[in-house]
Amino acid sequence: MSAEVGAGSAQRRAIRVTVNGVVYERVVEPRLLLSDFLRHELGLTGTHVGCEHGVCGACTVLVNGEPARSCLMLAVQADGLAIETVESLAPDEERLHPLQQAFWDRHGLQCGFCTPGLLMLLKSFLAENPSPSEEEVREAISGNLCRCTGYQNIVAAALEAARLLREPVAG
Amino acid sequence: MKPPRFQYHVPESLDEALGLLAELGADAKPLAGGQSLVPLLNMRLARPGHLLDLNRVAELDYLTERDGGLALGAMTRQRAVERSALIRDRCPLLAQAIRYVGHLPIRTRGTIGGSVAHADPAAELPGVLAALDGRITLQSRSSTRVLDPADFFLGVLASAATPEELVTEIWLPAVPERTGQVWLEVARRHGDYALVGLGASVTLDGDGTISEARLALIGVGPVPVRARRAEERLRGEWPATSLFREAGRLVSAEIQPETDVHATSEYRRRVAAVLTERALAEATRQITRETVE
Ligand SMILES: Cc1cc2nc3c(=O)[nH]c(=O)nc-3n(C[C@H](O)[C@H](O)[C@H](O)COP(=O)(O)OP(=O)(O)OC[C@H]3O[C@@H](n4cnc5c(N)ncnc54)[C@H](O)[C@@H]3O)c2cc1C
Ligand code: FES
Ligand code: FES
Repeated sequence: MSAEVGAGSAQRRAIRVTVNGVVYERVVEPRLLLSDFLRHELGLTGTHVGCEHGVCGACTVLVNGEPARSCLMLAVQADGLAIETVESLAPDEERLHPLQQAFWDRHGLQCGFCTPGLLMLLKSFLAENPSPSEEEVREAISGNLCRCTGYQNIVAAALEAARLLREPVAG
Repeated sequence: MKPPRFQYHVPESLDEALGLLAELGADAKPLAGGQSLVPLLNMRLARPGHLLDLNRVAELDYLTERDGGLALGAMTRQRAVERSALIRDRCPLLAQAIRYVGHLPIRTRGTIGGSVAHADPAAELPGVLAALDGRITLQSRSSTRVLDPADFFLGVLASAATPEELVTEIWLPAVPERTGQVWLEVARRHGDYALVGLGASVTLDGDGTISEARLALIGVGPVPVRARRAEERLRGEWPATSLFREAGRLVSAEIQPETDVHATSEYRRRVAAVLTERALAEATRQITRETVE
């Protein structure tokens, strides 16, 4: 549980958050957004920030396995919770996660601004729906804006990733 | 963007939360899912001195059968409602409507109580409460009240809750026998706030006539609207396409939607009529399908 540190107008709290399996302990102001905590305090700049009012989906991360807007959560609210960001996907420097591979192969990104949010959303969506229809994919990603691709290739990449995740290639 | 400074409180029980609210009064805001409040903080449209985070009040997170219906704690996530087999079985109108609330990553955090307390005129949950004559429980340190939707929703983003009260529960009646329930809406994009949304519940008598019809609309006024004249017209009649068309005409005549940047008043009336006709047809189809099976 987060504890109050110091008094006065700049109330700060000690928090303990697990991000991509690593436990971080920090003292933060309650008004610090989770998105800014990840980017500025932890240097995990893979989580992008677009609108900062919940509309674009670029900042989507997993909170205890569920996709959520990190711009609509306070860092202090993540105390004791497990956060996953896009940095957790690739197993190492050489290899990509099947979702990333599918986005690469199917041209699911152009500028890449929306990509981290889409990847994290799709990670949890495909875990719950391993064989989605095209329509279900479109509904699932309806809250993630992309200004480049026209979505066609994102949907194709999501369906391809679903296939890859269902039938992992040996080796 | 950064929210303005505030003092942060994390009560771990309802008693503690209500005690803090009684002390801090109007300078405190409850923080539920944050899906409406945090955008307001980020844009500095809200500047509360104190935030009361309800996310650790576990006793407000439940979904259970009670008094011939379903009781949902205020901190129940919208996503939990969407996943619930009990809701699908006992309250199909809510099960359908919840999928229109924002997008998947909004519903994982957004709560039942937050959506009701926020009282957005285009929000689905207030529409479901109005359609089914649900009830809203408000608690303060010293009192508990149970209100009908008509007494709770007072205007655009305005409810009967005082600064010292929390919405603690909503209650919805279970779907009766021989009843079809349908939620339909039109929005620019799936998950956007509705231009017009409609909840319909139709019950047929043993002889096949309509014994009860309920129609509630969102997005067409400052609060959810019941289409009483159309409901009246439907009762006691045999279901028929011509009857449903007439009900649609009555609905579009009795609502008073405004023109805004999203749509004209005239367009909203037209959509309301079409949705009424479709929802009534689908609701009665559901009942006949059930009896045939
Ligand atoms: C991109 C986007 C799209 C959306 N689309 C839709 C949509 O189509 N339909 C829809 O219905 N909603 C939509 N929403 C809003 C969403 O449903 C919110 O979850 C909901 O309106 C507020 O619930 P919350 O739990 O997040 O509450 P919060 O944002 O935490 O709180 C909202 C307000 O209610 C007060 N409050 C919260 N809980 C209580 C309580 N228990 N007692 C008293 N006061 C309380 C808060 O102080 C605040 O004023 C959307 C949101 C976003 C960001
Ligand atoms: S930055 Fe969070 S939704 Fe746009
Ligand atoms: S790839 Fe540029 S916004 Fe999606």
